[in-house]
This record gives sequence, structure tokens and C-alpha cells, in this order.
Amino acid sequence: MIEIKNITKSFGTAQVLKGVSATFESGKCNLIIGKSGSGKTVTLKCMVGLLEPDSGYILFDGRNITEMKFNERKEVRKEIGMLFQGTALFDSLSVQENVSFPLDMFSNMSAEEKLDRVNFCLGRVNLVNTNKKYPGELSGGMKKRVGIARAIVMNPKYLFCDEPNSGLDPKTSIVIDHLIQEITEEYNITTVVNTHDMNSVMGIGDKVIFIHEGSKYWEGTNKDILKITDGELFDFIFASDFLKDLRLRAHFENDK
Amino acid sequence: MYRAVSKPEKAAMYWKETFRQAKDIGIGSLPIIAIVATFIGAVSAVQFAYQFSSLNLVPMWWIGSVVRKAMILELAPTISALLLAGKVGSNIASELGTMRVTEQIDALEIMGVNTPAYLIGPKMGAAIFVVPMLVVLAVFLGIMGGWWAGVGGHFYTTAEYFKGVQDGFKGYDVFIMMVKSVLFGFIISSVSCYKGFTVQGGAVEIGQSSTQAVVYSSIFVVIVNFVVAFLLL
Repeated sequence: MIEIKNITKSFGTAQVLKGVSATFESGKCNLIIGKSGSGKTVTLKCMVGLLEPDSGYILFDGRNITEMKFNERKEVRKEIGMLFQGTALFDSLSVQENVSFPLDMFSNMSAEEKLDRVNFCLGRVNLVNTNKKYPGELSGGMKKRVGIARAIVMNPKYLFCDEPNSGLDPKTSIVIDHLIQEITEEYNITTVVNTHDMNSVMGIGDKVIFIHEGSKYWEGTNKDILKITDGELFDFIFASDFLKDLRLRAHFENDK
Repeated sequence: MYRAVSKPEKAAMYWKETFRQAKDIGIGSLPIIAIVATFIGAVSAVQFAYQFSSLNLVPMWWIGSVVRKAMILELAPTISALLLAGKVGSNIASELGTMRVTEQIDALEIMGVNTPAYLIGPKMGAAIFVVPMLVVLAVFLGIMGGWWAGVGGHFYTTAEYFKGVQDGFKGYDVFIMMVKSVLFGFIISSVSCYKGFTVQGGAVEIGQSSTQAVVYSSIFVVIVNFVVAFLLL
């Protein structure tokens, strides 16, 4: 479980986070949603330690990482896997070397054991015969899957996904979403997904946190979210006229 | 800088990266260093032959001595360093800059890797190790270039040239050359790593950091070259 308490973060005079507090439960897909510029990426970067919050604290199963020294924080980071928006695969390394990198750096496994683990993770994300390929030879969806394989190769306790569906077609997005959900449940990982894709919200949002203008505006499940009738969250969810029409029609059908 | 020289997570991975960088810097720069050094030596010999022949006071075999001294003390280390600042410096800055803007450095950070140590340490170690080797090669090829041009132009015989090359040789000159080479390797790698590692933005900023790496490295090289010559000669 991850808890964040009253996180604030400013860049110059612009206060991006204004005291965000939330709890992210283990074994569940916890989604942070919000408009572009609402502060969700800054929240995620504070959680993984890429940005230092100005105040507040972050607890990983009770361990306050905001007060940790560099070496202590490194130990917590070894329990974190992250899928980046642009995948952040190392261009100069093959798929196998990319996935194997954390093992090479931190494990004492033999070459054979590492290869087994890499093949298992690649198989888990349904990638076969890609070991020798380089990131430049892969499609967007395949890169995301390699990113997931690299994120889970060290058996992380916490998985962070920043916009996992960006740049993917709707069908591939659903595949990636289901993969994240399956892995979360299978390994009882605390997963935090940063997204503004409503398909993801409805598909895997065990818990959804809506951030608006640097503050937590709403918290609930993907089932609760459809009960929203007005306000910023309503505008966010039903941003398109097409969705608004569908919702009105659904209401109309129910009334009849 | 402190984190760049701190204890590595796994020494084997750092050695592997250092050798990869040494190969990139060394093997990758061999052709340009070889071509430029050979022709610098050749043109030096021709220039000196032209001036000595017009004076008619100095024996032509001295050209070997002059070319050797010029190559060891000045031309090989400085010209090589300026070439490497352009080739290696821009390469390092753009590689690290691209890694920064595509979140590859963030990915390493989140894995728990000490990124300055892993990305900067091996590059600096490799440059400090490889640049002196390239300079030694440049000296050798420069001297051979002087021989080729002079003998080809009938300014002197092979025996006369190599008599000059051996005449008055001082090991201290080589010491100065090695001091310069190590310092130049450090300057090129540290300036380029700093410019690349601290990039923020996108493609335009990567280009700017790459250019700045070359410009600042070159300026520091010529300043340090003067300081070393002033202090040690």
C-alpha cells in the first residue's frame, strides 16, 4: 500500500500540487486521472522520487521515502517497476538486454537464470521471438509490452504506469490495460496508473482518483464514476458530445 | 560530480560500460586522428623544409627533430583534443541529452541505479585512458607523415630524417604530452557529460547542448594547453 499525505509541489511561482492526499491499495489498479496540466504526472513523479515534494510525505508500506537518504531510497526503488509514457527503453540494447538490465545490475543470478527470467517475463506479456530485436524495430504496442516486462522482471511490489495507452490504437490499449490488471492481481502489486483514457478508467479502475488544478477533487471506483451528474469530473468524463448523447439516451431509456 | 565517482552497484557492469565507451571513443576516433595526424606531420615537414632551405643555415636532418618535438609537445595532443572535442564531445552530449529527454535516465534512476556514476563515470574513465593512447598514435603517425612528405619531396633521405627524430630526444617532453592528454581527456568527457546530463527540453536543446559541449571543451583545451606549457616548460 502507498499513502501520500498533503503533498505540495511548486515550480517557481506556479503551485502545481496543493496538498494532495490519497491511498493506493495493493492488489488493485489505482488510477490517477485528470486533465492535462492538472498535476497527475507531478504526483506520480513525486511518488517514485523523480521529484521532491515541497511538503507532505509518501509512505511505501509505512516507510516514509521523503525522509530517506539516497542509499535507503535506492533500496525502496528496487521494489518499484515503472512503465514510462514513451517506454524509455534503452535504444542501444536489444529487447533481451533491456529486460535483463535490472537483473544484470542488481541480481546475482547466473546467465542461464537471467535468460529464463527474461523469457518468462517476455512470455508473460505475450512477446516471443523478439529477444534479439532492438527498440527501433518494434511497434508502439510491442515497446509498451517490453516496458512492462522490464518493469516486472525484478518482481516489484509497486508498479507505476505513466499514460500506458498514449499513442496506441483502442484495441492495443485494451490489451495493455488487461495485461496491467492481470499482473497486478497475479502478483498482488500496488499499481498506480496515470491516465486520461476513459476506456482504462472503466476497464481497470479498481480505484480512481481525480485530480483537478493540483488538488484531489474526487475518489471512488469506476462504478461510482458513472453516477456523477455535474461538476469538473462530469465535464472531464463526458468531454465529447458523443458521450453526452449516449448518457442522455441511457437515462431516457431508464426513465421509460 | 561526487555521485559520478561514488561506489558502483555492480563493478562488472561498470567495467563493461567503460570498455564499450573506450571502444567507441578509441576505435571510433582512430580514422580521423590517423588521417589528420599524418597530414599535420607531413605539412609540418614541408613547411620547415621550405623555411630551412631558404635560410641555408640549418642542416635538413634537423627537420626530423623539429617535427618530433612539435608533434610531441604541441600538435598531437592539442589537435587530437580539438578533434575529439568535436567528435566525442558532441557524441557524448547528444547521447546523454537524448537519454534525458526520452526518460531513459529517469528509468535508470527508478531502478535504483546511481545514474551519474553509471553514465558519467565510465565515459570519463574511458576518455582519460583512451585519449593518451590516441595522442601517442598521433605522434607516431605525424612523425611518419613527416618522413613520407620529406622523402617524397626529396628534402632529405630516410636516414637523415630518422637521425633528426632521434637527436636530442627528451623523456620529459613525453611526460608533458601525457599530462596534457590526460587533462584533455578529462576536460572533453566532463564538459560533454555535464552538458548532456543536464539537458532539459527537446531536440533543439539537445542540439544546443551538443554545440556548447564542443565549444566549451575546445576553449578549456586551449587554455589548459597554455597553462600546462607555461608551468612545465
